[in-house]
Amino acid sequence: MSNTVSALNGASASGYVQVHEMGLQGMITLRGDLSAKKLVDAAKTAGGTNVPGRGHIALSGAHGIAWMSPDELLILTPYDEVDARLEGITSKLAGTHHLAVNVSDARAMFAVSGDDALVRETLAKLCPVDMSAAAFAPGQFRRTRMAQVPAAIWLPETGEARVICFRSVAQYVFDLLKGASLAGSEVGYFR
Amino acid sequence: MLILTCPVCGVTAEETEFHGGGEAHLKRFGPGSSEGDFHDYLFSKENPKGVHLERWRHNNGCGKWFHAARDTVTLEVYGTYPAQTSEPPQDIKDAISAKRPGWTWRDFS
Ligand SMILES: [Zn+2]
Repeated sequence: MSNTVSALNGASASGYVQVHEMGLQGMITLRGDLSAKKLVDAAKTAGGTNVPGRGHIALSGAHGIAWMSPDELLILTPYDEVDARLEGITSKLAGTHHLAVNVSDARAMFAVSGDDALVRETLAKLCPVDMSAAAFAPGQFRRTRMAQVPAAIWLPETGEARVICFRSVAQYVFDLLKGASLAGSEVGYFR
Repeated sequence: MLILTCPVCGVTAEETEFHGGGEAHLKRFGPGSSEGDFHDYLFSKENPKGVHLERWRHNNGCGKWFHAARDTVTLEVYGTYPAQTSEPPQDIKDAISAKRPGWTWRDFS
């Protein structure tokens, strides 16, 4: 049997915040007409939450739905539930124009944890995003650029951030986060 | 550095999150058109000192195309508007006129 592993197999780094590759994470891309009730219902069932509004993410335990664009959602689910949930979407939307794909192994996900101001600072060093508490709050979801690659970020709670990138650049993103949070390199801008 | 607001996802970010897509509101001349029209479609682009209308793509964000009205001298952005239009909406024209009375760009003013 093959042993399924995530991009960096749970690598972690400790600087002024903790960086941790989160291991296997289920992700389903769902594209279609987000105003259609049928698609929304299928997304809710698969994602275990309501469909979030523009620029937001809805989370419920290990499940969630992120708003990617006006015609795209990202469904987060435990890795071993992906096939069943994908099957659910496909059967519910049979005959409806849509796209539902398991992208779990095409992505990597990181946790950045620690003092809230320093978690925000780590991301602010790498992304052209206003990471102040007034501009970016838990519940918001932002696709952006992390140094030279695309990334998506959100804050599940105070002092916690999540980063999703493509699997092929997982090492690059890990090194970015590690380098940006080296002990002694704190700026303290958000304190 | 330009600060653009994507009208599709609502995000405001600096230009490195976006990618410029050239002149806005081009009318395509393809197979069957005259050589002159085809030449102008490919090569005769506006290159103004001042008000300019452009296409941009939110390539590190929602991935969608949109339009931007900006000034090539001051780098001021007058506004952004949806891709699904063949001319700038009135509020964008008004925003430009407020700063650059009498402006023209191709057939628009
Ligand atoms: Zn956008």
